[in-house]
Amino acid sequence: MSATGGPRSASTYPSLPFTERMATVEFRVHDRAHIVVDAAVCRDCSVRGCVVACPANLFVPTADGGIVFNYEQCFECGTCYLACDREGAITWSYPEGGHGVVFRHT
Amino acid sequence: MTAPTTTTGPGGDVTGPHLTDADVVVVGGGPAGSCAALVAARAGLRVVLLERGPFPGSKNMYGGVVYPRILDQLIPQWWTQAPVQRWITRRSTMLLTDTQAMSVDFRSQAWAAAPHNGATAVRPEWDRWLAEEAAAAGAQVVCSTTVTGLLRDGHRIVGVRTDRPDGDLTARVVVACDGVNSFLAKQAGLYEHADAAHYTVGVKETLALPKATIDERFNVRDRDGVDIEILGGTGGVNGGAFLYTNLESVSVGVVLKVPKLAAQQRRPEEIIAALKAHPAITPLVDGGELVEYSAHLIPEAGLAMMPKVVADGMVVAGDAAALCLAAGIWLEGVNFAMASGMYAGESVVEAVRAGDVSETGLAGYRRRLADSFVLRDHRKLRRAPSLVLSDRVQHRYPPMIANTIERMFRVDNPAPKPGLRRILAEERKRAGVRVRDLARDAWDAMRTFG
Ligand SMILES: Cc1cc2nc3c(=O)[nH]c(=O)nc-3n(C[C@H](O)[C@H](O)[C@H](O)COP(=O)(O)OP(=O)(O)OC[C@H]3O[C@@H](n4cnc5c(N)ncnc54)[C@H](O)[C@@H]3O)c2cc1C
Ligand code: SF4
Ligand code: SF4
Repeated sequence: MSATGGPRSASTYPSLPFTERMATVEFRVHDRAHIVVDAAVCRDCSVRGCVVACPANLFVPTADGGIVFNYEQCFECGTCYLACDREGAITWSYPEGGHGVVFRHT
Repeated sequence: MTAPTTTTGPGGDVTGPHLTDADVVVVGGGPAGSCAALVAARAGLRVVLLERGPFPGSKNMYGGVVYPRILDQLIPQWWTQAPVQRWITRRSTMLLTDTQAMSVDFRSQAWAAAPHNGATAVRPEWDRWLAEEAAAAGAQVVCSTTVTGLLRDGHRIVGVRTDRPDGDLTARVVVACDGVNSFLAKQAGLYEHADAAHYTVGVKETLALPKATIDERFNVRDRDGVDIEILGGTGGVNGGAFLYTNLESVSVGVVLKVPKLAAQQRRPEEIIAALKAHPAITPLVDGGELVEYSAHLIPEAGLAMMPKVVADGMVVAGDAAALCLAAGIWLEGVNFAMASGMYAGESVVEAVRAGDVSETGLAGYRRRLADSFVLRDHRKLRRAPSLVLSDRVQHRYPPMIANTIERMFRVDNPAPKPGLRRILAEERKRAGVRVRDLARDAWDAMRTFG
């Protein structure tokens, strides 16, 4: 039995659309994508840990079984490359100096 | 103390003036990097501190409580100038199930007065302040600059490559304070392997509330603040949760084991939403307006993941060396970062003065860590991360304990009160806990925290 896995559907807290959630964060986007996802490697992946784990929700499954990735609103946290166990799926680096996420209230 | 523009000491490996761009390049303007730079600059070394964000702290996120006493050694009366939100005077440890909550609530007014204990602070302010202290000591702080790799001469590390044009920077010692992902420590071959199970991801919401509302809901006044550490409330994913009071906002968030999070269906923001919907949490955060959503990794495994911290020409401090104490009701990293940065700085000064920046010359760093709370606390609590994040502690003990207490306090008249021992035995069985495991975990907890 899980301590917290029970019924939780009736959340009384108003939920915020995800785009509004991300709109609270400042991103200074650079032209170069600092993270690149190889859709070919993702195609036959059934685990898809990135989709649930990325706090910024940047890995989006497509109707035809692929993955679309957008680097612009990334926290640069590193969760995705740890969650993914497929060699070559994610090429990860930091954005150019001065670019990417800028926190203010953390 | 003199600025050594030339080194002529015994065994000096540098003979001319300024054969390197700097004596010390510190990578990362977090608490570790700024303290390392501060110490080395005060000793008169030529120090460059490189930070990839537009200002120090802009990339950094944490739960929200710093324990700054180590700064007594670096910045006398630091509390008169540090950018603090509130001084922690109430510390609660809370256990949550779906419908129950149990708290151990401690308050000490002594912590409201200097030199204090813990404080809430936001990192874009705290880290910027520490970097300014390093700059005031003479370190050159360069922001908006990402280090992309190490420069080597054979196996010796002799500087860093940055993403600036002509961005190579040579130094006698590189201090890697580049945080949890530390690509520098990995590139230097200091990590045996990066195991995803050694990391948790922290995700939080900063929620704005009027100061008077926070004071009333959390039972505090003035600059007094509250720290609530939560076991449970993570949607069945191994980890923990937290709730801290800033001056005019609260930080609420969860810390989740990466492989466990990836192997289930609920997204982090949904787990936070469920936490906020808990009857024990809603009244505290209700109506708070989201001012920022954020996420960051934590090196969670303590000694089990710690890399080698010294190489020829390089030392590693703070999260980059996994020197973060994330052991259940303890979530301390900033203090370990500041301390390890300080010891790294001292050891670098010693090595540069002696003219030996090899692994042997820099060995004083490892010694300083071992003799201080940095490694002592880690050794003392070495079993804590795996114990606190174990399936039993995470999923079986909370309902067992909460149900036991609920039945103890329930007045079931006309039924007479049952004995505590019977309730415990029944609840232990109901939670599927074997006596043998309970005894072993209790023994482990005694050895760990005792
Ligand atoms: C959710 C969460 C909750 C936490 N709660 C607490 C808490 O309540 N109390 C506490 O004490 N600790 C807490 N911690 C831990 C604490 O945040 C860390 O231990 C601490 O920040 C480590 O400091 P650091 O200087 O080693 O690394 P960081 O603070 O991560 O600083 C590293 C710096 O290096 C820079 N950098 C990285 N790579 C490069 C590069 N290649 N080039 C240039 N610059 C680079 C980064 O931009 C950053 O500024 C928490 C952590 C998380 C994630
Ligand atoms: S990034 Fe990794 S986990 Fe995600 S779909 Fe691709 S291969 Fe699978
Ligand atoms: S680094 Fe973090 S925020 Fe960015 S894509 Fe990966 S998991 Fe998402």
